Amino acid sequence: MNNDKILEVKNLKQHFQAGRKRIVKAVDGVSFDIYRGETFGLVGESGCGKSTTGRTIIRLYNATSGEVKFNGIDVHGRKSKKDLKQFNRQMQMIFQDPYASLNPRMTVKEIILEGIEIHGLIEHEAAKTKRVEELLETVGLNKEHATRYPHEFSGGQRQRIGIARALAVDPEFIIADEPISALDVSIQAQVVNLMKELQEKHGLTYLFIAHDLSMVKYISDRIAVMYAGKIVELADSDELYKNPLHPYTRSLLSAIPLPDPDFERTRERTIYDPAQHDADNAKFREVKQGHWLLCTEEAYKAYQVNQSFGPTPSD
Amino acid sequence: MDNGTKKYDLEKFKRVHLSDDANEELSRPQLSFWKDAWIRLRKNTGAITGLIVIVFIILIAFIGPFMNEYTNEGANYDAAYLPPKVKGLEAIGFDGIQTYEVQGATKEEAIERGLAGYEIEEEYVQDTEVVITKEESEDGYVTVAMEVDIYAARGLEDQYFWFGTDSMGRDLWTRIWNGTQISLYIGFLAAMIDMVIGVIYGGISGYYGGKTDNIMQRIIEILSGIPNLVVVILMIILLEPGLIAITIALTITGWIGMARIVRGQVLKLKGQEFILAARTLGANNKRILMKHLIPNVTGMIIINTMFTIPSAIFFEAFLSFIGLGLQPPIASLGTLIDTAFDDYRVFPYMLLYPAVIISLLMIGFNILADGLRDALDPKMRK
Amino acid sequence: MEPILEVRHLHVVFDTYSGTVQAVRGANFTLKKGETLAIVGESGSGKSVTTKALMGLVAKPAGHIPEGEILFDGKDLTKLSDKEMQKIRGKDISMIFQDPMTSLNPTMKIGKQIMEGLILHQKLSKIEAKKRAIELLELVGIPDPANRMNQYPHQFSGGMRQRVVIAIALACNPKVLLADEPTTALDVTIQAQILELMKEIQRKMETSIIFITHDLGVVANVADRVAVMYAGKIVEIGTVDDIFYNPKHPYTWGLLGSMPTVDNEDEKLMAIPGTPPDLMNPPKGDAFAARNEYAMQIDLEEEPPMFKVSDTHYAATWLLHDDAPDVEPPEAVKKRMKGIAKGSISAGRRIDVE
Repeated sequence: MNNDKILEVKNLKQHFQAGRKRIVKAVDGVSFDIYRGETFGLVGESGCGKSTTGRTIIRLYNATSGEVKFNGIDVHGRKSKKDLKQFNRQMQMIFQDPYASLNPRMTVKEIILEGIEIHGLIEHEAAKTKRVEELLETVGLNKEHATRYPHEFSGGQRQRIGIARALAVDPEFIIADEPISALDVSIQAQVVNLMKELQEKHGLTYLFIAHDLSMVKYISDRIAVMYAGKIVELADSDELYKNPLHPYTRSLLSAIPLPDPDFERTRERTIYDPAQHDADNAKFREVKQGHWLLCTEEAYKAYQVNQSFGPTPSD
Repeated sequence: MDNGTKKYDLEKFKRVHLSDDANEELSRPQLSFWKDAWIRLRKNTGAITGLIVIVFIILIAFIGPFMNEYTNEGANYDAAYLPPKVKGLEAIGFDGIQTYEVQGATKEEAIERGLAGYEIEEEYVQDTEVVITKEESEDGYVTVAMEVDIYAARGLEDQYFWFGTDSMGRDLWTRIWNGTQISLYIGFLAAMIDMVIGVIYGGISGYYGGKTDNIMQRIIEILSGIPNLVVVILMIILLEPGLIAITIALTITGWIGMARIVRGQVLKLKGQEFILAARTLGANNKRILMKHLIPNVTGMIIINTMFTIPSAIFFEAFLSFIGLGLQPPIASLGTLIDTAFDDYRVFPYMLLYPAVIISLLMIGFNILADGLRDALDPKMRK
Repeated sequence: MEPILEVRHLHVVFDTYSGTVQAVRGANFTLKKGETLAIVGESGSGKSVTTKALMGLVAKPAGHIPEGEILFDGKDLTKLSDKEMQKIRGKDISMIFQDPMTSLNPTMKIGKQIMEGLILHQKLSKIEAKKRAIELLELVGIPDPANRMNQYPHQFSGGMRQRVVIAIALACNPKVLLADEPTTALDVTIQAQILELMKEIQRKMETSIIFITHDLGVVANVADRVAVMYAGKIVEIGTVDDIFYNPKHPYTWGLLGSMPTVDNEDEKLMAIPGTPPDLMNPPKGDAFAARNEYAMQIDLEEEPPMFKVSDTHYAATWLLHDDAPDVEPPEAVKKRMKGIAKGSISAGRRIDVE
């Protein structure tokens, strides 16, 4: 893997005021790097802060504290309009809900052209039309669809329109916020295949946020597991699946139902109890080359010792 | 169950290659939101009836005054209190016959007193009938209904006042349609002003949220806490009574409803993913408001405006009726009803026509607005 | 096993302002006593509408059942009046909905919501109903049930709420339980708990369950038999092993192939191209033909009948006709047919072994 970091997130925090006294720590000190050209998976259950992380990175929310560096420049520090516009072109987002993510009063052409118009990328009407047709073809839709309204399309088709909208401004980095969880299985595969194809063709980098681990495993090179606003484990996707260290990751993996009846008959689930380990003293440490874990000092040492004996230390 | 033994032409089991595009085609015809809404509205008989009634009344309100030679303000005391008379429709009641009820000790005395009182020659009396006899009455008088060809009695046989005349002999047809114009004008103007203020206020309050929203909502609460009538009376005292004063009085609190609805919609919409998508593309506030928020609230704005128009018309009529409205000689449906109310037992026609027209307008607008709500409601879309 | 519910040639249509949608177009299946039948299909395949029809909840007047029978307890449910249906609903047949947030009344204590059905259908006294409600909450694994009875839905987490919904559904010992995507709105770990709970309850109470889902993993976990639905019809039905290890219909192949296996990340997923047909104008012949790479001329002309594969396994595809060419399922599906447990290694399994 190359070492060209496209995104560096350092100790990112996003706290929301909920009521007078209560503060919700949606994202509570998250750090990770994403390398150019890779797909970085971010998984976790609802409310763990994975979507908030994505939205904070793209500046939909202002971070409470921490640093987000994109191509080496601090995203939350930039102020000039020109810089912001440049940033908006380079980083794009694909959303979860194919029904809510397209403006129902705009035609497909207007939707796809939105970014192009905001940034004034193309002047002539004919060129714009041509670009829209190109983009529609890229995502596997017909050019006749340009004049249609979103409600006429199925969920999968709408999601592809959303992808075309993001691609219109030629981004380098795309945050995909649960792009397939609202879609049917057969359609999920279409969208995932399309995303992989586009990655190869345009050299895109993805941050793929999801709760469906099997799909994340399929598409991602590296995966981070989030729990209660923190990343508990980060590793190459194979390593994470074959050698999960954090008890939460294990319980998550053991809970995914697989489409294999024989396997399901013999499944045993591990149950995660957050009280079983000392979360207050835990720090994010690299226990093995490229395998990061939120753990205490003692646990860290135990892993170091155990590694020589086998790939999976028992707890 | 069939187990594959039934014989078919083997040719049929050849593989076919279907074009890749075929299954991405959209089979339904292309429809924009407005076209779609119009189709749905068209199927709603009630709403279309309402629409036709409104269009008809509006047309006549503008054409009506030019359909005869009478003017709005020309007083002619000879022609005062004439009942409706239409050429060709005499047979169904538009015959210009006025029925007076007169009282006297005997039938004859009653008629005599009636003729003297209304200054009518006896020859024009067409029919008399005792309605209440001496025995039936409490005060010992006979009540007689006396039908008089009042047009002939006044020497106006060749005149035709379609809706009759008022106490000053002005043609009610002309006055009623002019009045309808004024009522419609007030209704539309008030609704438009409400809409503009309400949309801007609600839009800003909802979109910016936080402190801005908080302050703006407190202002609305204070405004809506003051009784409407108090505000109106203050406005009327402050300003010269007239069209402008009424319109301002109507709109000073009228926009609140619209502002609340728009704010609610904007609050709901601004968290939607398509708005977030526009923001990640770098859209500024103006673009988000104009391109994304407002077009998605248009349906609600239209529906609410359609409900505001009839309530503004009605509120103006109400103000006029309690004497706070337009001052003569300008007439609206409200002032016409107000003046007619004084004599409605003897001259019911004066009250009947403006009352019918205002009722038709109210019902028409409300049914149409209801139909629009069904047609524009995005939840019904499939 | 004796059949408890039989659906024969069921049709459900909805009149909309732009035309008639044929949501279910002749569904046939039986539910046996004590089994779990999973109905899988994409959104719009008619699986949810089928369960609504079973509950007598097809929204009138737009929706109606022009043809078909639903035989339960010697009665045809499609012929019953609303009043008669009300007696069956909640008592003999009950339902669990997808969203535990909206299927509970937010202004009513959960104890009361459970007791409601007991008092109405089983004519229990208040005290008896309360006792039973506490038992039910215990059964669905809610700790401290006596106190939880007096709480409102918002005081429960999503998984706990779904447990309450299940308790309500089970209140009257129903013979048939319809579960419409009961775990789709839940997180995986919670989903696993709920699935375990449902299986345990089924063992204890011998309820027959119809489980609607689009997640094949969940199907493999809970189902005894599986019916695959497409465009308002059941295109393949069989035991869970039939469907996963010996699928015959190309649509089933597509569904299985579109899920990633643990060791196929370098391959492309086998996506089914295109979108499901518009049921306002269903296509002639086999509705799947347009998306089927194995389509034959006859698919475009005539609807395939149900071909028998084995005593338990039927599929509606012309590929099973004697004269049809032999077709092998795609590689990705073949790999899957071998099974994870039998062949390749799975991460999840390794954890279990330890």
